[in-house]
Amino acid sequence: MFFGFAMDKYYDMLLEDVRFREGLKACMNCGVCTGVCPAAEFYDYDPRQIVSIVQTRNDDAIEELLRSERIWYCGECMSCRPRCPRGNTPGYVIQALRTLSQKLGFFVESEKGRQQLCLKRSIGENILRTGYCLTPQLVRPETHPEQGPVWRWIVANDREVYGRLTPSYDREGAGALRRIDRQSLEELDRIFEVSGGRRMFDLIEKHSDRKAREMGYDGADERYAADTFSRNTTRND
Amino acid sequence: MAGRGASWSEYQKQIADDHYYYARSCIRQNFFPGSERAFLRILGEELGRDICDDPRHTSCTGIGYHSDIVPLETIMTVVARQFALMAEAGYEHLVTSCITSFGIYNEILNTWEEFPETEERTRRYLKEATGRELVLPKSVSHTSDVVYHFREQIAARARRRLVNVQTGEPLRVVEHIGCHYAKIFPKSGIGGAEFPYVLAGMIESWGGTCIDYPERRHCCGFGFRNYLVQANRGYSIANSHKKLESMAPYKPDFIVANCPGCSMFLDKWQYAIAEMEGTTYGADGRGIPVLTYEEMAGLVLGYDPWELGMQFHQVDVEPLLRKMGVEFDPAAKYLGRDGKYIGRPEAAVVNSGPDKRVYRIRE
Repeated sequence: MFFGFAMDKYYDMLLEDVRFREGLKACMNCGVCTGVCPAAEFYDYDPRQIVSIVQTRNDDAIEELLRSERIWYCGECMSCRPRCPRGNTPGYVIQALRTLSQKLGFFVESEKGRQQLCLKRSIGENILRTGYCLTPQLVRPETHPEQGPVWRWIVANDREVYGRLTPSYDREGAGALRRIDRQSLEELDRIFEVSGGRRMFDLIEKHSDRKAREMGYDGADERYAADTFSRNTTRND
Repeated sequence: MAGRGASWSEYQKQIADDHYYYARSCIRQNFFPGSERAFLRILGEELGRDICDDPRHTSCTGIGYHSDIVPLETIMTVVARQFALMAEAGYEHLVTSCITSFGIYNEILNTWEEFPETEERTRRYLKEATGRELVLPKSVSHTSDVVYHFREQIAARARRRLVNVQTGEPLRVVEHIGCHYAKIFPKSGIGGAEFPYVLAGMIESWGGTCIDYPERRHCCGFGFRNYLVQANRGYSIANSHKKLESMAPYKPDFIVANCPGCSMFLDKWQYAIAEMEGTTYGADGRGIPVLTYEEMAGLVLGYDPWELGMQFHQVDVEPLLRKMGVEFDPAAKYLGRDGKYIGRPEAAVVNSGPDKRVYRIRE
């Protein structure tokens, strides 16, 4: 305790993440990171302020951040990294905060944080199913209207359109868009098991299910996941 | 005295001359499969280099990592597996076709060096999960580094140049680098973070001229979760919009992007902006064509645009092809395998031109 404030519990947890140790030495609050930040351009968001709060080491203030919308605005472009005159990387600090927020289950307390469920179910499960983050079938025209009519034409005629350019499409062997062999997928699966990837997926599901029930859903079902994907009540004006 | 713009020359890197292990990109193979093929053809057929396309390697999981669902320890182990596979295949020089992956590989190698306990842990995880041994690479390059490395050999074999055949003037090109190429580790990119030269070098060698404009270094707006989650896409389009508004007054003939994601977003968001607002950014009232550097190199080498996969673009490339004097068959654009007719995409405002438009055209 310092001046009556609880200190260091969350800060010490953050220090376990090497990105945090690399990303925050000492911030002088100049705000250059905010000046170049695409998220600050769009959201009511200020990476300078995030770093400033974290370096107070105040548990209450950091817990508030871990439960907040704010830590989910960053696009991890890392434009802040080469510009900081003190060698900090606010983007790394954000990565460490997000990881801790998920480990502690705080991410479900914000609308943006709850989106981790649909990311896990789309990109995350696709990695283990196909060996790729993205496959053409994942970018469905119904949920990606911005992809336009050419993409709709590609998806509707995938074997013809891709087949003209890459004969390995959805087949095993070398080449673009090949199907990844079973042994490689099993290795990927074991890597996720051994290194904590599977545990993170399970945590996201578990906390999402708890929060979904609290919000009146029948658990983290498809309706809840679809709502996390499309609901946006953020006001940026 | 050279100006600050010449400071790119302080940021040079070693690029292997032969025997590459190819790590493909999720986004590039989905949206630009012809570019991937062009890169392998240029290296193999044009330049006679050896490149290994190993069917066993997987995604680096980078999009999952930067969406914060894949932990650092997991992506480190996946990357360690790629390095192990490379060593098993007898290669030492990794070349990756993805800017996100390129940033990941550099971040992980730097982290292992700075925090050796993370490398030890990764070796343990890899052994336990796969039985494989981590062997560190001698070099990591992006595919654009390799094209840059051979740019003069490509220029010597050129069948066309980046020149407007009607006016004889160099084509005006906006180059977009992609944040993770050099903003994370400036020394890993040709020219560093402030004056990246990897695409500018190609453009100058092949006869074009680069446009400098205020938001040249701004992010395309991908932002991982900010595009992948539908509710957040305002972030993505707003940042692409900022760049397009900034570059339009300089009247670029085309955009060329280093990163497959950036190529896709700068193309697709032009479509969306045109549909939403009727605004287009090209000098002719249409969109600005967005090329990958493999497509740019392929056109210079005389490859057929549809064999390069340029029919995958939402913004039509034909106005640029005509400027460059590229001969092409318009009817072959949307054909399937073996010339099969499979219909064509619906029309879009971004391609309709000023005579067919009912919306506001950007002055």
